Amino acid sequence: MKNEAIKELLYKMADDQLVLGHRNSEWNGLGPILEEDIAFSSMAQDKIGQSLEFYSILNEMGEKDPDTIAFTRKADKFKCCQYVEHPIGEYDFSLVRHFFFDYADYHRFELLKNSKVERIAMAAKKFQSESKYHIMHANAWMKQLGNSDVSIERMQNCLNEGIALALGIFEPSPMENVLIEEGVFEGEKKLSERWLSSIQSILSKTELSMPDISTAPINGGRQGKHTPHLQPLLDEMSEVFSIDPEAEW
Amino acid sequence: MYGGGNSFEDVYDKELKHEDPEQLAEFEARIERGEKIESTDWMPELYRTQLIRMIEQHAHSEIIGSLPEGTWITRAPGFKRKLALMAKVQDEVGHAQLLYAAAETLGKSREDMITDLINGKSKYSNIFNYPAFTWADSCFISWLVDAGAIVNQIANSKGSYAPYCRALERICAEEAFHLKYGHHCVIHLATGSPVQRQMMQEAVNRWWKPMVHFFGPPDKDSVHTRILMKWKVKMASNDECRNQFFDMYVPKIWELGLEIPDPNLKKDPETGIWNYSDPDWSEFKRVINGDGPCNKERLAVRRIAEERGLWVRQALKSPKATYTTPLA
Repeated sequence: MKNEAIKELLYKMADDQLVLGHRNSEWNGLGPILEEDIAFSSMAQDKIGQSLEFYSILNEMGEKDPDTIAFTRKADKFKCCQYVEHPIGEYDFSLVRHFFFDYADYHRFELLKNSKVERIAMAAKKFQSESKYHIMHANAWMKQLGNSDVSIERMQNCLNEGIALALGIFEPSPMENVLIEEGVFEGEKKLSERWLSSIQSILSKTELSMPDISTAPINGGRQGKHTPHLQPLLDEMSEVFSIDPEAEW
Repeated sequence: MYGGGNSFEDVYDKELKHEDPEQLAEFEARIERGEKIESTDWMPELYRTQLIRMIEQHAHSEIIGSLPEGTWITRAPGFKRKLALMAKVQDEVGHAQLLYAAAETLGKSREDMITDLINGKSKYSNIFNYPAFTWADSCFISWLVDAGAIVNQIANSKGSYAPYCRALERICAEEAFHLKYGHHCVIHLATGSPVQRQMMQEAVNRWWKPMVHFFGPPDKDSVHTRILMKWKVKMASNDECRNQFFDMYVPKIWELGLEIPDPNLKKDPETGIWNYSDPDWSEFKRVINGDGPCNKERLAVRRIAEERGLWVRQALKSPKATYTTPLA
């Protein structure tokens, strides 16, 4: 029971990082300034690296090897939240998603540093040191674009439209109680409270207002229910790998 | 990544008539002694304009060059390749950043350079106007186009303009990793399953001609670059770079069991010079003048990115925007 709950936690975290890392990498060549192509690539590399580590832990727990897990599953087997699946859109959409998601990441790693599963605690400690830079980046841009007349309206719209998806990050997993009882992870509710406090604090330094957090979250991702965007992303990701999954590439 | 060769235009002594003869003599003596020129030093106008032209083309080649490979990031087979390719392409964009900064020291802003790129006024390496159809194409680029770039860039890093040399030294160090990554990918394909081997051979067939073009037209047809060679702006001739590339990489390609689609490719053991078939220089000229398979697409992507990002750049210029101190 405990192992199954841990696997469920690892799958959702790994799938989140893989899919969002993939999306972030799509900014290559398209950023509003060169420095943002580079920044989104750095964050993408961190996220893909983090997903690899989580899949490796799963592999140690008896699951298939990371390449097979990542490159051969169908969308309904993925446990990522729906927010990460959405196409990159315009820069404002990607930036707001990065702001919302990476604060959740940062606090998730903070909580997991105390996990009784040592392997996860060690990974969380390392990943939080990476995530620290992601939130610094998000802060800098939210403050810049949240205080400039040219961009306030665009940013506010993205906050308002993104909040339901962002709340879906915290969709409780079916076996979450086991994780809490066993001291593996303190749970999505506690995570979302910490997240909310950080989001409010940053937005208060801008001319943006807090979006309506009583909005109903867009859930489903943690149970394998996804938007139509995920399967095409996975098809693209596995296009070469699936030519011969047994081959060395 | 960078394609040399075609970067220069005709340059004649008469363009120096308005320069002060004493200053010009001192400038040339410094270069002759092997000294480097800094942005604050006196330099002839022709030196400045030709350097801007060259460094700008190099920078454009880096960002345009990131496009054909970049499209394979989302399709790279497996974690190892995906992570390495992301880091590699990120390096290329970083090179563009360094090179635009080096060119800016000569007085042209990055914005003006990018505007000239998307309006088709300034050029970039011809090879990136060809499509990367398969994963093997992206592996060819990572190994052999980067290898060609290193040959050019190592030569240029010994040039006379200090800010460009400093950027190139760092770029060459990073390119060395790209080369290893690309070689590793090609080895796996060339020694892999029949499907993988075929994919790699087809990539070599597609890319060989653009690769020969990469170093520019033969010296006998090249423009007048005597002054630029004397000023150490242009450091090696097209034929020298091409021959060095053949010397270093043709044996490695053959070693992997791949065929090069040129029956006349052969080294003359006495002269050390490689003979090769005419790679259709008229095609090279056609592509450099905008009529290649991907010219329009490449510039369209860049133009769209500029247009979509305009609001962000405008917002950064707002007087109410706060300056964020860099971390380092």
